[in-house]
Amino acid sequence: MITVGVDVGAKKVKVVVLKDNQIVAKGSGLMEMDREKSIRDAFEDTLKTNGFKEKEIDYILATGAGAKSAVFAAKDTTLVTSIARGVHAIDPSIITIIDIGANDAMAIKCDGTGKVVDFAVNEKCAAGAGSFVEAMARAMEVSLEDFVTASLQSTKSIPINAQCVIFAESEVVSLIHEETARNDICRAVHDAMAGRISSMARRVRVEAPVTVTGGVAYNEGMLDSLKKELGMDFVRMENPEYIAAYGAALLAVDTLQKA
Amino acid sequence: MQFDLEIKYPSEPLKCWAKGKELRDKYYQDYASAHDSGGIRWSGGAAGLESVMAGFGRDVYPLTGEPYGASIAFDRPFAAKCQAAAEEAGYPRDVCAYMRNYWGSKLLNSFAFGGAFPEPDLYWQFHSCCSHGKWYQEAARIEGKGRPVFVTDCAIGPYFKFNEKTGNYYAAPNENGIRYVVNQLHSHIEKIEKYLGRPYQDELLFEAADNQFANMTIWPEIFMLNKAIPAPLDQKSMFSLYVLGALNKASADFRAFYNELKDEVQDRVNRGIAAVPTERARVMDDIQPPWGFLKIFRHLENYGCVCIGSYYSASLMFAWDITEDGMLVPKKTPKQRGIEIKDRDTCLWHLADFLLSNLWFNNMQDNGLKAWGMKKMYEQWHCDGIMIHYNRGCEGLSMGVAEQRLYLAEHGIPVMSFEGNMGDAREFDEAETIKRIDTFMETLGLK
Ligand code: SF4
Repeated sequence: MITVGVDVGAKKVKVVVLKDNQIVAKGSGLMEMDREKSIRDAFEDTLKTNGFKEKEIDYILATGAGAKSAVFAAKDTTLVTSIARGVHAIDPSIITIIDIGANDAMAIKCDGTGKVVDFAVNEKCAAGAGSFVEAMARAMEVSLEDFVTASLQSTKSIPINAQCVIFAESEVVSLIHEETARNDICRAVHDAMAGRISSMARRVRVEAPVTVTGGVAYNEGMLDSLKKELGMDFVRMENPEYIAAYGAALLAVDTLQKA
Repeated sequence: MQFDLEIKYPSEPLKCWAKGKELRDKYYQDYASAHDSGGIRWSGGAAGLESVMAGFGRDVYPLTGEPYGASIAFDRPFAAKCQAAAEEAGYPRDVCAYMRNYWGSKLLNSFAFGGAFPEPDLYWQFHSCCSHGKWYQEAARIEGKGRPVFVTDCAIGPYFKFNEKTGNYYAAPNENGIRYVVNQLHSHIEKIEKYLGRPYQDELLFEAADNQFANMTIWPEIFMLNKAIPAPLDQKSMFSLYVLGALNKASADFRAFYNELKDEVQDRVNRGIAAVPTERARVMDDIQPPWGFLKIFRHLENYGCVCIGSYYSASLMFAWDITEDGMLVPKKTPKQRGIEIKDRDTCLWHLADFLLSNLWFNNMQDNGLKAWGMKKMYEQWHCDGIMIHYNRGCEGLSMGVAEQRLYLAEHGIPVMSFEGNMGDAREFDEAETIKRIDTFMETLGLK
C-alpha cells in the first residue's frame, strides 16, 4: 500500500511517501504565488525523484494551512491531527508537542495514546512563528544561519517588547543604532519569540516529554531560548519539518484500513 | 454538508419563529414611535429591571443597549460605520463593542431599524461591569440635552458561594446587599416621578414584575428541554429567541411568546424533532458570539455536531438556581414559592433578588462560578466539548475566560478557544476560526 501525505505550509510544501507504513520518499518545494502549481510541482518532483508513479498511489491526504489547494488529494485533515499522529508514531511517550512553522505556531497536548486532548494556536499574527525570525534576520542583514550562530554566542538577555513584526523590527533597528552587540540582538529576537510561544503553550499546560516540530525546530538558537523559557529540554525528532506530512500519510493508511 | 452523514432524526422549522421576529421588530418600532402618542422612551442596559419603569405607565418603552449593539453588529456594514463614528469622536477601539455600536448609531443619528436615532427621555442603568454606568453617562453627554442618567450600583459581592466540601456553589444571598439595591430603587422611583411628572402606579409594577419573574424562568425551562437527544433547538436559533428576555423582561407579549415556544419545544422533544437531523455530537459555548459571523455555528453541522446553547444564551437575562446536589435549575418565581406580592417594597426586594442572583452579574464578582457552571452545563446537557470565545469586545463577561478554559481542560473537558469580538468584525478572523473548529471537531473524533 502506498500513501502520500502533503503538508501545504505558508512557505513550503512537504511531501512524504509511505510504502507499507515505511517512509520511502520525502521531498519539498517552495510555495509560490500559484499555489496549486507549487503543490503539484512538489508532489510530482518527489514522486519522480524517487521513482514512483502517481497511479501507484492508493491514497493522498493533504494537511496544513493550504490543504484545500492540494486539489489532487483525496481528502484533507488538520495540522493538529497530522502532527499528533506523526509524533505518536515516532515516539508514543510524547505528551506535549510545540510546532512552529513559518506562519503558525501551535501547542498540542496528547494523552499518551496519541489522542489530542487540547491544543492552542497562535492568535492571528505570525509574530510567534518562523517568518518573524526571518524578518529580523533580514533587518540585521545576516543569513538565518549566521543569525542563529550569533544568538547562541550571546550571554546577555535584552527584552524586545513589541508583539508585532513591524514594531519589533523597529526595536531591532533601535538596538542596532544603540550599538547593542549583534549576538545579543539575535538572542533577544529568539527570546521574544520563545516568550510568545511558551505563553501560548502554557495554555495547554506543558507536560514532559515535549518535542518541537516544524521548520523552526532546526533553529538551535530558537530551541535554546525556548528551553530556557520553559525550563525543560526537548525530545529531538529527525526531520521535524516533515512530521505533519508523515502524520498525514499515516492517517491515509488509517483511512484505507478502516474502509 | 462536508461529510455524508446519516440522517438520524426528523427535523422541521420552528413554527413560532416568524412570530418571535415580528415581536422583536415591533419592540424597536414601539420604542421609536413612543413619542407619537405621548409615550415615554428610556434606555439602559439589558441586565435590568424593566418592570420598575413599567410602573410609570403602559406607554413607557425601553431600548436596551446590548441587544441593540448586537443587532448593529449583525449588520456588518452599518457596524463598521458606527465604529468609525465612535472612533472619530475619540472613543478607543478597546472599549465595549456594543457600547461603541450604540454611541456610533447615536453619533450618526441613524437607527438600525430605520429613521433617525430615537433619543430616550431618560437613562437608567444597573452598574455591574465597569462600562455600564459610563455607557449612558456618555450617551447623555453625546446628546447634550442634559437628560438624566440614573445608575443603580449592584456591586454587593457574589450571590453564590463555593462550598469546599461539596465542590459546588450554593445560593447565599447577601440580605444587606439586596436592601442596598432596593433602597436605591425606591429613591430612583421618587426621582423619576418628579422628573416625568407622572405618578408611580404600584399595580402596574406588580403586573410587570409578574411578567418579569415569569420571563426570567420560562426561558430556562425551555433551555432545560434542550437536554433531550436530539436537541430540539440549536444555538443559532436560540440567539434569536433568548433575545426577547434582553429586550424587555417585563413584557406580557414576550411572556405569552415564551409560553408558546415552550409548548412547541416540548412537543418537538416528545416527537423527537431535531434541530440538526444528523446530530452525533454536542458542544456548547460560553459567551457572546461574533454576531456578524453566526455561520460558524452552522459550520458545526457539517460534522453532525449541534451547539446546544451557551452559558450566555442560557443565563444572560434569566434566573437560575442551584440545587443542593449542585444542579442548575430554573429559579422559582415568588409565586411558585407561594409568595404573594402586595406592596412595593416586597416587589422591589424580589426583583432585586432575581437580578442579583443572575449568573453573569456574579461573573464580575467571582468568575469561578462561570467555570463551575459551564462544567455543570456540559454534564447536564450531555455535551462532548466546549468552545470558548476570547471576546475582545466585552470586558465584563470576558473576565476570567482564560482561567475558565484551564479549569474545564483540567476537568478533562475538551475545549477549544477562538479569538474574536462580538461587535467589531475587524477582530475576527473567519478562516482561522473555521480552521480551529475543524481541528476541534477532529479531536472529538468527528471525521
Ligand atoms: S459586560 Fe461586556 S457587553 Fe456588557 S457593558 Fe460590559 S463590556 Fe459591554
